[in-house]
Amino acid sequence: MKNSFKKIITGVSALALCTTAAVTAAQAWEPKKPVELIIMAGKGGGADQMARLWQGIIQQNKLSPRPFIPVNKPGGSGGEALQYLKSKAGDNHVVMVTLNSYYTTPIMQPELNVDISTFTPIARMALDTFLLWVRPDEGIKTLDEYVEKVKAAGKDWKVGGTGSGQEDSILTAMMEAEFGYDVTYIPFPGGGTVAKNLIGGHIDSTVNNPSEQSEFYRAGQSMPIVQFNDERSPAYPDTPTAKELGHDIVYYMQRSINGPADMDPEAAEWYRDLFKKVFDSAEWQKFCNEDGIDCSTWLDAAGLEEFHKNGLARHKNLIEQVGAKAITGE
Amino acid sequence: MFQEILVHLGEGLLEAFQPLNMMMIFFGCLAGLFVGALPGLGSVNGVAILLPVTFLVPPTSAIIFLAALYYGAMYGGAISSITLGIPGASTAVATVFDGRPMAQKGLADQALMAAAIASFLGGTVSIVLFTLFAPPLAKFALAFGPPEEFSLMILAFATFVGLGGDDIPKTIFSILIGLLLATIGLDIISGRPRLIFFDIPGFLHGINFLVLAIGIYGIGEMLWTLETTQGKVQVENVKITWKRFVSNLKQVKEYIGGATLGSFLGFFVGTLPAAGATPASLMSYGLTKTFSKDPDSFGKGKPAGVAAPEAANNSASTGSMLPMITLGIPGSPTTAVLLGGMIIWGLRPGPLLFAEHPEFVWGLVGSMYIANFVTVVLNLALIPVFVKVLATPFTVLAPIIFTLCVVGGFAPTQDMHDVWLMLLFGVFGYLLRKLDYPVAPAVLAIVLGPLAESSLRQTLIAGQGSAAVFLERPIALTCFFFALMLVLYPVYQAFTRKGKKKAEAAEA
Repeated sequence: MKNSFKKIITGVSALALCTTAAVTAAQAWEPKKPVELIIMAGKGGGADQMARLWQGIIQQNKLSPRPFIPVNKPGGSGGEALQYLKSKAGDNHVVMVTLNSYYTTPIMQPELNVDISTFTPIARMALDTFLLWVRPDEGIKTLDEYVEKVKAAGKDWKVGGTGSGQEDSILTAMMEAEFGYDVTYIPFPGGGTVAKNLIGGHIDSTVNNPSEQSEFYRAGQSMPIVQFNDERSPAYPDTPTAKELGHDIVYYMQRSINGPADMDPEAAEWYRDLFKKVFDSAEWQKFCNEDGIDCSTWLDAAGLEEFHKNGLARHKNLIEQVGAKAITGE
Repeated sequence: MFQEILVHLGEGLLEAFQPLNMMMIFFGCLAGLFVGALPGLGSVNGVAILLPVTFLVPPTSAIIFLAALYYGAMYGGAISSITLGIPGASTAVATVFDGRPMAQKGLADQALMAAAIASFLGGTVSIVLFTLFAPPLAKFALAFGPPEEFSLMILAFATFVGLGGDDIPKTIFSILIGLLLATIGLDIISGRPRLIFFDIPGFLHGINFLVLAIGIYGIGEMLWTLETTQGKVQVENVKITWKRFVSNLKQVKEYIGGATLGSFLGFFVGTLPAAGATPASLMSYGLTKTFSKDPDSFGKGKPAGVAAPEAANNSASTGSMLPMITLGIPGSPTTAVLLGGMIIWGLRPGPLLFAEHPEFVWGLVGSMYIANFVTVVLNLALIPVFVKVLATPFTVLAPIIFTLCVVGGFAPTQDMHDVWLMLLFGVFGYLLRKLDYPVAPAVLAIVLGPLAESSLRQTLIAGQGSAAVFLERPIALTCFFFALMLVLYPVYQAFTRKGKKKAEAAEA
């Protein structure tokens, strides 16, 4: 309680005060050994690419006296990573890169017994976006054509995504509910593998994040049909949003950094200060712009805590609405 | 088209011959040798640790350094496998099977030379294939969906038959133990925990393959050696003379066949995303043994048993660069880290990289040719140094092996749980060995089990429960056919051998 009170105070205080506090905190605490940067997804996916980019920015600009070592724990839709973070309570040398499975996996897998509100929120780095992707040879140009084709194919239409019971399957289930069709959803271990399976013709469509598909799109091997943001992303100015077309499907992927429970406040503050520098770096902002990721707003501890609370509530609602079964396909 | 490739390659070689890049190759290979030789460190961690160093140089030099390190580590893994009996990296597990018995017979220098020459062959074959066929091979990798992946795994399982020896029930038992261990942890498809014994959280990430391999081979072997030798030195100090070197060199014809097979197989398996060098080396060992004239002599110290996996792991390490560069999908854990490096340097791997950054891609290709030469020379020159290790009394060596095993068990996941598990597997491996059970099939099963399971389930989900999909896939059918042949071949061999023996007995 005392901790969160302190965080709120820090969050709302003036910018000058905030920076001074961060500077003194940075002097007070520094990592004494390599920091584990846990990624709750597989290699080559969006989260993985970002984590490795952050690691690079940290090392290149000498922002940390000790290196950050990315560790992938993709098992069980992030369940493995969550369990791991839970077991690291009080450890100041572990931080985790989270996705929306941060909310969905504890809901879908109550036996994991993970309560994310006990973890230490550090910073939100971005809101990643989702687009609906198909291959050009499928002859689909618009959302209407897509829906028509999927309806005709029924269960023979194969949608690939990362894991089951997490963001890709939720978005797929949201689309099923909105358009009234029923597809076959195939889980893969990472976004990179999903993208490759679309290009190779093993699945019919995906809801990949832009960073996973952008190179294939530039090579003319895949194309976006619709995006699920509030407004068109600057990187994809010609692709309509679902909202514009009269379908209320808005869905983002949060990219944030969180520490284990009971992390020392000084340590958390040090990481916050570090990731603010990463967030402001030219490399990160360039990456966001190229890939159509929303990196306009940085959230600190208080903001992120509130954001997580809303995220958890929204996903509880979504899962109730579409039904857990529609998501896992059981 | 051919001419175009030659022009590009020439430019690439010129790029690689820049003094800075040459230096990068040399130091990369040297660092790789040591990283590979230290158990548990492996090329993944080596590349990850040295990634920041590369920010000081241009991207092409940086990838050249890291690729040389990756490459050197593939050679290096063989060193501890042969001299200490501990696999230096997961890719060098198959090298232990015959490398360690050779060392015990006092033939460590021969084993190390077989490893170096086979690696050179594997490296050369794969880099030539890479140069000539990168774009079509990338297309082929795309054709591999879940059904094809599953059929490839079945093909790999079929090579078990070659790994197990004569006692088929014991081999099947060993496979099943491996598969059972592979199911522990969180299920990738449904996300549900499976076989979490006593609710110990350490089981959630499953059983790391290296934990089993280091336990069984490192600790199990140490216990076995302590029992049989009572701590006496069992290897005489080998004097490495020029004459011996030349006579070792003449041995090449004995294992050139296995090494060639391993080179092609390794490259092919390496190019497929998700497979990588470890299954490639194990498959290569199994196949070479199956098709050998004298399969029974494997596992007792045969140079071909060292050459086949070593050729395959080097070849696969080049092969796994292909999906990384052309598809942006890493074919192995190490290339995943390299991929991260490329993104930091501002290069986006994908289908356009070849066209947009030819100097980068071809500089890398050129450097691989040179790195191959550098490592083989370094290795041959260092053989006398490595062999010295074996002259140490085992009472001194055993504690060192034990320490290296503990470090190797801890390093991949940094969890003490895995160290306890590794020690448990060590005792288990020792008992299996006393009871004459083959352990290699269990090791292969734990690597391939999870890959086989998820690809089978993805196929069945896509087919809405029907396995008929397999019949529509030509690549999958071909793999299944060869798998069947592989299973039947030893049976056929056993029958003909029995017939021969009977005939001989009748004559006598």
